[in-house]
Amino acid sequence: MENQWFTISVYSENQVGLLNRISGIFLKRHINIESLNVSKSEIENISKFTIVVHTTERWTRHIVSQIEKQVEVIKAFYHRDDETIYQESALFKIASNLLFDERQIQNIIKDSHAQIVTVSREFFVLAKTGRRHEIDEMHQKLEPFGIMQFVRSGRIAVTKTEMRISAMLEEFQHA
Amino acid sequence: MEPVKELKKTTESPKSIRVTGAEAIMHCLIAEGVDVLYGYPGGAIMPVYDELYKFQDDLHHVLTRHEQGAIHSAQGYARVAGKVGVAMATSGPGATNLVTGLADAQIDSTPVVCITGQVPRHLLGSDAFQETDIIGISTPVTKWNYQITRAEEIPDILAKAFFIARSGRPGPVLIDITKNAQFDELDFVYTPCKGVRSYNPAPKTSEDSLRKAAEMINSAKKPYIIYGQGVILGNAEEELTTFVEKTGIPAAWTILGLSAMDSDHPLNVGMVGMHGNYGPNVLTNECDLLLAIGMRFDDRVTGNLETYAKQAKIIHFEIDPAEINKNVEVDLALLGDAKDTLSRLIPLVAKNSHPEWKAEFDKKYEEEYAAVIERDLLPQKEGLTMGEVIAQINKASEHKAVIVTDVGQHQMVACRYAKFKESKSNITSGGLGTMGFALPAAIGAKMGAMEREVVAVIGDGGYQMTIQELGTIFQTKTPVKIVVLNNDFLGMVRQWQELFFDKRYASTIMTNPDFVKIAEGYHIKARRVTERSDLAEAVAEMIASDEAYFLEVKVEKEDNVFPMIPSGASVSDIRLK
Ligand SMILES: Cc1ncc(C[n+]2csc(CCOP(=O)(O)OP(=O)(O)O)c2C)c(N)n1
Repeated sequence: MENQWFTISVYSENQVGLLNRISGIFLKRHINIESLNVSKSEIENISKFTIVVHTTERWTRHIVSQIEKQVEVIKAFYHRDDETIYQESALFKIASNLLFDERQIQNIIKDSHAQIVTVSREFFVLAKTGRRHEIDEMHQKLEPFGIMQFVRSGRIAVTKTEMRISAMLEEFQHA
Repeated sequence: MEPVKELKKTTESPKSIRVTGAEAIMHCLIAEGVDVLYGYPGGAIMPVYDELYKFQDDLHHVLTRHEQGAIHSAQGYARVAGKVGVAMATSGPGATNLVTGLADAQIDSTPVVCITGQVPRHLLGSDAFQETDIIGISTPVTKWNYQITRAEEIPDILAKAFFIARSGRPGPVLIDITKNAQFDELDFVYTPCKGVRSYNPAPKTSEDSLRKAAEMINSAKKPYIIYGQGVILGNAEEELTTFVEKTGIPAAWTILGLSAMDSDHPLNVGMVGMHGNYGPNVLTNECDLLLAIGMRFDDRVTGNLETYAKQAKIIHFEIDPAEINKNVEVDLALLGDAKDTLSRLIPLVAKNSHPEWKAEFDKKYEEEYAAVIERDLLPQKEGLTMGEVIAQINKASEHKAVIVTDVGQHQMVACRYAKFKESKSNITSGGLGTMGFALPAAIGAKMGAMEREVVAVIGDGGYQMTIQELGTIFQTKTPVKIVVLNNDFLGMVRQWQELFFDKRYASTIMTNPDFVKIAEGYHIKARRVTERSDLAEAVAEMIASDEAYFLEVKVEKEDNVFPMIPSGASVSDIRLK
């Protein structure tokens, strides 16, 4: 089986130590987490982990069932890229003089639909949201001018299909 | 001793009482039906021990000689009694000494709750004396763990701990309690846990799947059952036997499934796995339908997966969804508790018998008897075999003993030849293969079933990993019987060195002490047997003893356990010699 990109979505209770438990499942199988994001979800008091891995579907299925087995996890899913709407965000910190001296930079900002978050005397900050390759492209274009700092978030994703978490919580409670 | 205030009443009435965290722990344990627990005191858990002193009429605390001994005892207790075992330890080294037992309980699905003391909350993260991150350390080897830092959390978290440990696929839970939470007071009310909203312990098989399974079973020509510990953990022994008898399907055990069915049942055909029986292994690759009941296709059972039961349709009876298609892709999964699934399936299957298919098992058994079993059980040579010792234990105990084994050759021989009438009688470290398991586990096993005979069968190597627990046996006067099968080698490793490393016996030769004297040092009756002529009588004397008894049997030094599936080979390529 071929390696592919998968987005794993985990709905869980918000509990100290759960991140450790989940990352341990990857560690035990010697699989790298390509990106990780933890946030609240659409359901009150329920957290959502969004984890990206590059591995086989078989391993992804294993990992998902091991994650789901954890007491505090309500449900875990995995999806291929074409089954989700996903994005990442990036911040670029760049010296302010470039904004005025280099015309090129203004074009890059315009073309890439990046936002200027702040401008100070020394630096300005650009925010870019999009697919990984779009952010990479922008990084490539800006790099020759000098990037003072760069950071990119983990992937966040929503699925095209429904996730029945609330119904599941009901079911467990009345089981 | 001062009288215990309002003991037990608190567990019956919902009225709260004002108690310290440490006392609340006592009430929780009593409410959960705990009567014995195993542990070792130290600084961070002293408030709890102080309460154990006051509650000694209700809670029997057994002081083991090492925390590893405590958790293995709790495991032995849990597996024989079918209840949650409890172990206790202090922070730091006390807690880390539990780790092997946690890993063992995790992989063998044993319900235990471990309570560890922790430094006070305000010192967490300061590298205080005996502070260790036991939550971090134990995470991969526990079903659940939690750190309590406030006294008010104690009742609900302990209730949850017991619920999680015993429900669904059982497993170990560790609760770490900071010292301030043991000292501080709370308004105590105990409400047993009935469910956790994010956790679905017992899925239920659909009628539709059951009907499909019944169709597959009814039309199979060469159906075959492999049953594992899921049958025992699910209390489904009767259902298994009824199912086997109605369908006429031959059934084999995994090492942890052993004793779920009467050894002498004509359809109970033997053991699968690396040192299992010849027929059960070879015929796995000849059946047309494989029913895997409460087992998890461990690599020691399957050998090479590429050549495992490829010709067969497979139905997996399993409570843990994560086990489905983990190692072996199956045609149908019956998710659920074995008792529920089997009892609903029985009415749907046709009464049947498979005499020709069964005869193939009998034929293979005869081959194995001639090549291996006869030599093991009725040896013509001078040296004693492990097999004949097990046969004598069977005879003297009339198949009624609980046999607790350690890890190595003696374990494989015991699991091949020990005979059982009753379930929960074979206690061994299957998944982790923990040397040092047997002696402390036997203590717990005996306390879990005082009316039963408990015989620990141990190698000279593993015995010395937890030999200090003789002190626990002596102090508690627990009448366990201990048989050390002494070959002066780390036998199983030596066997591999002989077969696969040209007899280079690297670090497997043991220069052993006088084991009889050591036992006698603990005032335990002890005897050594070196001649066949003394064996039967010595084993009978041991079984007849009302007190603990130690028997060393000097066995042949370089015997090998056969049959054997070399690692990575197919079950069809099992070797008889
Ligand atoms: C704690 C631990 N360390 C090492 C091993 C590897 N090991 C498996 S069997 C064995 C030899 C056991 O020797 P002994 O206890 O004398 O039993 P025998 O095989 O001779 O019956 C060893 C070292 C193990 N299973 N557990």
